[in-house]
Amino acid sequence: MAINKNALYTILLIVIAAAPFVFPNYGVQLATLWLFIIVAMTWDMTGGQMGYNSLGNIFFYGTGMYVAAVIAIGLVYDVGEYTSAFGGGRYDFTDAQYFTGFVLGVIGAGIFCAISAFIIGYVTFGLRGPYFAIGTLGVAIAAGELVSNWDWVGGGQGITLPVYPGNLDDGKVFIYFAFAITGVVLFIFLNYLYKTRFGAAMNAIRDDEEKAEAMGIHTMRYKLISWALSAFFIGVAGGISAFQIISFEPLESAYQTINLGIFMVVCVLLGGKGTLWGPIIGAILFQLFKEVTWNYFLGWQWVALGALIIVTVVYFQDGLMGYLRTVRPEWFGQTVEEKSDDAAGEAAR
Amino acid sequence: MDQIASNIGLLLQFPVVNLKILIDGMMIGALFALAAYGLALVWGVMNVKNLAQGDFVIGGGYVSWWLVKNVGLHPLLGVPAAFVVMALLGGALHGTPIHNWARSQKTAMIWVSALTFLVFIVATYLGDAAGSVAGYAGLILTILLVINGGIYNLVISRVIERDLFTSLLATFGLAIMGAQIMNLLFGSDTQSLDLGYDTLYFADGLIDVPIAKLIGVLMAAALAAGVVIFMKSSRMGQAIRATAQDARAARVLGIDTEKVYAFTFSLNAAICGAAGAIIVMVWVIQPFYGITYSVRAFVVVTAAGLGNLPGVIAAGLGIGALEQYGSHIFGIGYQQAIAVLLLLAVLVYRLMQQKRNRQVLQ
Repeated sequence: MAINKNALYTILLIVIAAAPFVFPNYGVQLATLWLFIIVAMTWDMTGGQMGYNSLGNIFFYGTGMYVAAVIAIGLVYDVGEYTSAFGGGRYDFTDAQYFTGFVLGVIGAGIFCAISAFIIGYVTFGLRGPYFAIGTLGVAIAAGELVSNWDWVGGGQGITLPVYPGNLDDGKVFIYFAFAITGVVLFIFLNYLYKTRFGAAMNAIRDDEEKAEAMGIHTMRYKLISWALSAFFIGVAGGISAFQIISFEPLESAYQTINLGIFMVVCVLLGGKGTLWGPIIGAILFQLFKEVTWNYFLGWQWVALGALIIVTVVYFQDGLMGYLRTVRPEWFGQTVEEKSDDAAGEAAR
Repeated sequence: MDQIASNIGLLLQFPVVNLKILIDGMMIGALFALAAYGLALVWGVMNVKNLAQGDFVIGGGYVSWWLVKNVGLHPLLGVPAAFVVMALLGGALHGTPIHNWARSQKTAMIWVSALTFLVFIVATYLGDAAGSVAGYAGLILTILLVINGGIYNLVISRVIERDLFTSLLATFGLAIMGAQIMNLLFGSDTQSLDLGYDTLYFADGLIDVPIAKLIGVLMAAALAAGVVIFMKSSRMGQAIRATAQDARAARVLGIDTEKVYAFTFSLNAAICGAAGAIIVMVWVIQPFYGITYSVRAFVVVTAAGLGNLPGVIAAGLGIGALEQYGSHIFGIGYQQAIAVLLLLAVLVYRLMQQKRNRQVLQ
């Protein structure tokens, strides 16, 4: 079994590495797919494993975009002057400036988002159930509105980053690998995290927070740390997105509450929340569905997506992994033991 | 900063401007209060947090607008028309003989739905000119669904017993579907209806009150009063309140809670629809404006609590006024942000209150 698993992971890694070269025309879509996988996995950290359904994780995505952009520009030019030129051609970036800006910006975005998750989480994690979802959604909407009124970062006009120096196709591959490496690191990290005591504590909070507290788990500390960890990765993904989209504005592309902010939840629900592979499978399915509807039902794509959300949430909430778990429990290491009638009757009672 | 200071200075220098802002805010707040009361109703009775609230409002506005433009209805009559149409969409037919008949004809219904769906797919492929055909096919499909109980049967009735997050997400799906369908049917331009009435001026023209707005507020008040009397005195109103208190006990006492749920939801949709029909007379509507009304409704309900009608009205008027003040002082761009920040402030305040209660318990 162990050898099988290693072989599977090796094949997957090869597929991941080869994908942009095998399908050079789909570079942007593949990078977006990675973005969806990353945000879905990070949403599942708090939503699926810890039971705190946030609708405002998009806040970290948008903030990551802006922090990365401000760092990348701020290293070379004055940000206020740069944004007031609205991407005019007077500002040039050398190769070295671009790449240092990229690396520092992306990492800085992650760290900034992790810190802001601590601060926001300190307030919002007191809220339970739907109020947490509404509260976090409120934070995201408010942030978007405030940033769109903040002239220093370009206001409602948004901000324009330098383009990739050199060949444009190389740029796409570069962005793809930036996303892919983040995604793989995140997967390895989560694979480790969910097996530790920390992961067990997260699950305990989901199952019964009061009892977990009574057992001596500092629930607030666990909630804050896991939210900050997920915020770090969303921030990094947002930072990379900023360099992918190049020109973005606050309401539609950075703090896109009703697009990516909800899509990440739907991805997780589609694949099955509270599982390691569920968000990944869900993100792939969702991205496929989205691209197909965008290409063949233009104009009706939102209707189709709304219908998908409703169907997933109302009729199919356990997702694909949950469905498989009920149909094929042995795949998940759950064996059904033969019991005598007495024992079965006891269990039913 | 200078701008903000000078705006505040203006308010202090001309106290009558305060009055104007207050009146404006109260007028818009009355409509927020209507939408919020509907939300409090479905939240309290069915435990459904309806994020599609604002889209019902906009939907009602478009019903009225369409009827006025295409049928020649008087704009004021658009309000009851929107009330009825949105009630039907919300599931008012649930449990009535016509609904039961449609249920018995299931196969025929499925065939007709499939056929209209086919028509609409073909029309979509034929391009722009056929877009209207697709729109009407979509309408027919919707009407069919209405006969079959509408969105209530397909979505809402299935989230009542579920956890809190489910209803939020499911109604969110409804919201983006509804907004996009309205966009396809009516276009993305802002629309409004002109009543053609005069404007009243007070205080040397500093305060202007359009008669249309006055009528709108009066209609909103009349609607609210009607709903309150209905809830207090009618048999159905009593059943709704009983279900809100304890659904199981209500069931034991012979109340058909399923029917009560369907009725409550359609009543909410109807209230929102009427509010939208008022809004189209005094402001503008646009397919994607729904979210702003949903956010306001949530702010009001979170601030006032469930089943507290005076609280909802006060909070609705207060939010309208605060928003107008905020946009006057900080600039119009901050209007939405102020509403959302108010929501956060209310949430944090309630949180602190809860903490204090917990400490008392300890």
